Amino acid sequence: MTRAPTPIAFALMALAFLIVGFAQSWSLALTIFNYCLIAAIMALGLNIQWGYAGLFNVGLMGFAALGGLAVVLVAMPPVTDAWQAGGGDLLVAVVLGLATIAGAILARHLLPPGRTRKIAVGVIIIGGFFLARAWYLPATQAIASVNPAHTGYLGGLGLPVLLGWIVGALLAAGAAWLIGRITLGLRSDYLAIATLGIAEILLAIIKYEDWLTRGVKNVNGLPRPVPFEVELQQAAWVQEWSLRLGASAQDMAVLTVKLCYAGLALAVLMILLWFAQTALNSPWGRMMRAIRDNETAAGAMGKNVTGRHLQVFVLGSAIVGLAGAMLVTMDGQFTPGSYVPLRFTFLIWVMVIVGGSGNNYGAILGGVLIWFLWVEAEPVGAWLIAAATSGLAPDHALRVHLIEGAAHMRVVVMGLVLLLTLRFRPRGLLPERIARSA
Amino acid sequence: MDDLLNALVLLANFVLIPAATYGSQLALGALGVTLVYAILRFSNFAHGETMAFGTMVTILVTWWLQSHGIGLGPLPTALLALPAGIAATVVLALLSDRWVYRYHRSCRARPVIFLIASLGLMFVYNGIVRIVIGPADQRFADGERFIVSVSDFRAFTGLSEGLALRTTQGLSLVVAVVIVAALFWFLERTRTGKSMRAYSDNEDLALLSGIRPDRVVLIAWAIAATLATVAGVLYGLDKGFSPITYFHLLLPTFAAAIVGGLGSPLGAIAGGFVVAFSEVLLTYAYKRFLTYLLPESLAPDGLLQLLSTNYKFAVSFVILVLVLLLRPTGIFKGKML
Repeated sequence: MTRAPTPIAFALMALAFLIVGFAQSWSLALTIFNYCLIAAIMALGLNIQWGYAGLFNVGLMGFAALGGLAVVLVAMPPVTDAWQAGGGDLLVAVVLGLATIAGAILARHLLPPGRTRKIAVGVIIIGGFFLARAWYLPATQAIASVNPAHTGYLGGLGLPVLLGWIVGALLAAGAAWLIGRITLGLRSDYLAIATLGIAEILLAIIKYEDWLTRGVKNVNGLPRPVPFEVELQQAAWVQEWSLRLGASAQDMAVLTVKLCYAGLALAVLMILLWFAQTALNSPWGRMMRAIRDNETAAGAMGKNVTGRHLQVFVLGSAIVGLAGAMLVTMDGQFTPGSYVPLRFTFLIWVMVIVGGSGNNYGAILGGVLIWFLWVEAEPVGAWLIAAATSGLAPDHALRVHLIEGAAHMRVVVMGLVLLLTLRFRPRGLLPERIARSA
Repeated sequence: MDDLLNALVLLANFVLIPAATYGSQLALGALGVTLVYAILRFSNFAHGETMAFGTMVTILVTWWLQSHGIGLGPLPTALLALPAGIAATVVLALLSDRWVYRYHRSCRARPVIFLIASLGLMFVYNGIVRIVIGPADQRFADGERFIVSVSDFRAFTGLSEGLALRTTQGLSLVVAVVIVAALFWFLERTRTGKSMRAYSDNEDLALLSGIRPDRVVLIAWAIAATLATVAGVLYGLDKGFSPITYFHLLLPTFAAAIVGGLGSPLGAIAGGFVVAFSEVLLTYAYKRFLTYLLPESLAPDGLLQLLSTNYKFAVSFVILVLVLLLRPTGIFKGKML
């Protein structure tokens, strides 16, 4: 097989953005580019799990949502009234919850195995659950009733938003560690179902625990790591550049903001890519491949298979959490209702499979390409259907119906892209390259 | 005495009947998943969307029948449309096998490749359903609404609590029993059914004894598609059709199949009921139930709901994890992955 033409693939991708820039608008091209970068980071995270280690994680949505939550918890200003209303009780509930877990673990270690131990652990867990709930429920109600139209939640810490990105990664990593401890003994299919369930649970918590996240009421107006367009518009250098390029100062300010985001995302992507490549080419990467290709043999060579799986699961999930945090920051709002598995989990899978699992450049190319197609398939699909049905009257029932359905065309396209890749290029556009020392 | 009866009727009305209905719907779904797993050896992630597709076709045919004034009297018209829905879904499943899975089978791909292919088909089905019928909710139940209505029951027994059995609930139970009986008769008594069980137990031995693998696979797909459509239509009649719910049914369905033992039909049924009853029992508010049983001084003031209904997914998940940790092969010894 010929060497994968990585530079050519990326050059073609750049050309696609130039075409969008000229044909539609530069602002749109930059927006798509920014989201493509975030998609690429998510794909990189999944590639570390699936491509390096063969872990079938379909719970990406949950980790991305956790990252988004971290931004809210770090960057939003605290709501002091809510803290006064229910903060104390809530802390009591949290302490009781932690004490319950600690008690259960202690009982498990101290008591001899047998029926007494099972009953004791059960009693501690159930009793602790109800005890903690006695403080928890009134506290959350009190918090949610503080000015529900604007706050109704505890708010965050009021720290810089970029810190939220790091916390997002850490939060996702912590959740992944807990989940991994429980589920990583399981083989591929079971792990898939388990992660699918975990994502749903994480999302349910984010959606329905209003005191923490405002739930489906969304958190708007997140602090930004870049200046506002209105301020930029007044800046002298922006006005100067807008004159030089012949664009309005307003457009120039919008472009500048988007370029700032692009710079940030690109920097993060480059750092992660460097780490990922270094890890892949190190003895650690070789060990991961050995475990992926033959767990039994790797285990026989003394490698700690479950331990390495846990490590890689945590690392990959942290990257997905980071990407989730970046996405929320770029949107400027946290909307728990917008997390759907198709877009936040399975689309990332399409990216990695199409791009080439095991190859970091492939995952990034897949992320950029698939997100580009996902966004551009909508206008193209609508245009195609309008053209195909142009023979019908504009108010013909079938035509109206088809044009309404055109937005879902891209879902079908993604499925077909995935199926065709599996069939005709099973190793992806940029297949994994294994450097063999002579 | 009346209090005890009232409490029992309350429990039957809000726990027993809904959970049994939901359980039989889940059991049918889990049977399809388990069957595909037994014969083709992968977890079919497109199963939820297959259910949605079959239901969609059934709804479209139901509407067509209704517009021509054809109905079943007290029973929902959808029953009449069901064969058409099943036929369309079987065709879809067979085409998918012909165009997607057969190639991967021919090169003896790893099970996870099949799983990823099923993700691709999930996207395709998902898009088709939304293009054809749209993402909105659809109600298509018609005919008599109740077999036993609350007022009838109260008049008959003189109790203050009422018991309602909706037609769709009764139908779910009856159809599930009929379908399961037919399936077990097929698997246990017919030559084809036996050859499928043989193929599932030991592929190589089955091939040696002259069982044609292509035929077994085709029949497995046809049965899985039938079960998916029936489960989907019953669920849709009972709770209304919206494409997104069918995606979310994937988790409890898989939980049911795994809890029962992946690859074991009996286990799928048991698993369906275990998951359904746990979900309903844990999310039911016991306040009124205990008010009947306890003396007035002890009457509870809270709702006494263990878990908010928002977290019902958590129930299937926790059962799933517990079973995987404590008994990885499921209640009925299924296959160990």
